[in-house]
Amino acid sequence: MVEKPKSASSARVITVTSGKGGVGKTTTTANLGVALARMNLKVVLIDADIGLRNLDIVMGLENRIVYDLVDVVEGRCKLRQAMIKHKQFPDLYLIPAAQTRDKTAVSPQDMINICNQLRPDYDYVIIDSPAGIERGFRNAVAPADEVLVVTNPEVSAVRDADRIVGLLEAENKGPGKLIINRLKPDMVKKGEMMSAEDVHEILAIKIIGIVPEDENVVPASNSGIPVTLNEGSRAGVAFRNIARRLNGEDVPFLPLDDNQGLFARISRFLSGGD
Amino acid sequence: MQDNVNIKGINDGLLITLNPAEEWQVITNELATRIDEKSAFFSGARITVDTGTRPVPKYELSSLKALLERRGLSLMVVQSESQTTIESAHALDLRTSYTAATPEAATGDDMEISPEETGTNGVLLGRTLRSGRTVHSRGHVVVIGDVNPGAKIIAVGDVVIWGKLRGVVHAGAEGDTSAVVCALDMTPSQLRIATFIATSPQEKGRKVRPEKAMIRNDQIIVEAWE
Repeated sequence: MVEKPKSASSARVITVTSGKGGVGKTTTTANLGVALARMNLKVVLIDADIGLRNLDIVMGLENRIVYDLVDVVEGRCKLRQAMIKHKQFPDLYLIPAAQTRDKTAVSPQDMINICNQLRPDYDYVIIDSPAGIERGFRNAVAPADEVLVVTNPEVSAVRDADRIVGLLEAENKGPGKLIINRLKPDMVKKGEMMSAEDVHEILAIKIIGIVPEDENVVPASNSGIPVTLNEGSRAGVAFRNIARRLNGEDVPFLPLDDNQGLFARISRFLSGGD
Repeated sequence: MQDNVNIKGINDGLLITLNPAEEWQVITNELATRIDEKSAFFSGARITVDTGTRPVPKYELSSLKALLERRGLSLMVVQSESQTTIESAHALDLRTSYTAATPEAATGDDMEISPEETGTNGVLLGRTLRSGRTVHSRGHVVVIGDVNPGAKIIAVGDVVIWGKLRGVVHAGAEGDTSAVVCALDMTPSQLRIATFIATSPQEKGRKVRPEKAMIRNDQIIVEAWE
């Protein structure tokens, strides 16, 4: 066992949210969790999507659930008992959502309390937010030190991300950082898809990662082995890079294809624009 | 003489002041008429009601709330100097305020400029309006920042955007055909002045320049803003 380099004594709580559903919040949460755990960091993932839990499936931990987030909140178990240890990484845990209740089973204050209990012993707490802007979103964002906004390069997803950024600003959670997921460089080149620059022009917040469309993601999620464990996957590399950037490393952005012109353009606006 | 119903824009919506001396029925009827006359302007607004010293029982406040909701307005805050009214408001789960001052903005991103002369009111917003944000003003609106798609500004007067206009703007919302809309980059999803409506043409390779929209010969035209 490698002893991790001792980092700050208090965990950073990071919430992954998007507004729109299906843009890749859960995939992002799972992959960042695994990528950070691979860096020998202690990580707890919390699925805040009560009633529609998914993160356990993507993490391959569905059949190990005994207690869930609502059990913790309602005092049926200790926090520790609801934390499922990952099969491969002993310092990676998942607190699953309840499948039978709805978002009102947990309050924003409950989430703050749980995160405060976790802070002394872990490096990262990553919360997978439900879609929408209602109670579930507010629960997920309440304890956050930082928010990652996931969007796809599509007008509707960007519109919802814009709404989310506005709400985050209103709640003094900062503008958040942006992950553009499922970008298809070919389509961007043909002008059929919004480019990272187009998305950035509207949202005007810092981009922490651009994840290319990758056929490996769906089978990886289905099999419970997040794609970032697949060394050959471009999306996996992108998620690993996001994890390293989160952890303070200066990692250059992936060339999105062999066209250096596009890469140069993107890296130029990423370094210049903030 | 005091108006029975006084409506003005505040930083977080509209403030409706009701004359505490007049009979409740008269006032609510007058309010309903005033709103119905200008439903386009009022639609979706967040309402603060000031009932002054009048003690308003719960059923009256509840019917006022229903009256507003039927017209698409949401009653957010009740201002009053009467304990009875405050209790009624609490019973209906409404926010209350004893002072006559404007309620604190929930988000703190709107700023009101004190009017220089009576009848003129302006709102200055010092940041980008993102999707879902709506601004109503009885006067003019100035935004230093962008107006993103999904955001909406409704002003009785002019609208000036020191940034990109991509959302919806309605200037001259009470029918002032001399109202103008100015923006550094004018590509609104919809632009309305008084009763006229225009959308932005889909132009590729459009040159970005400051532009000004106004009504001329019964249509909205856009020209360089110099």
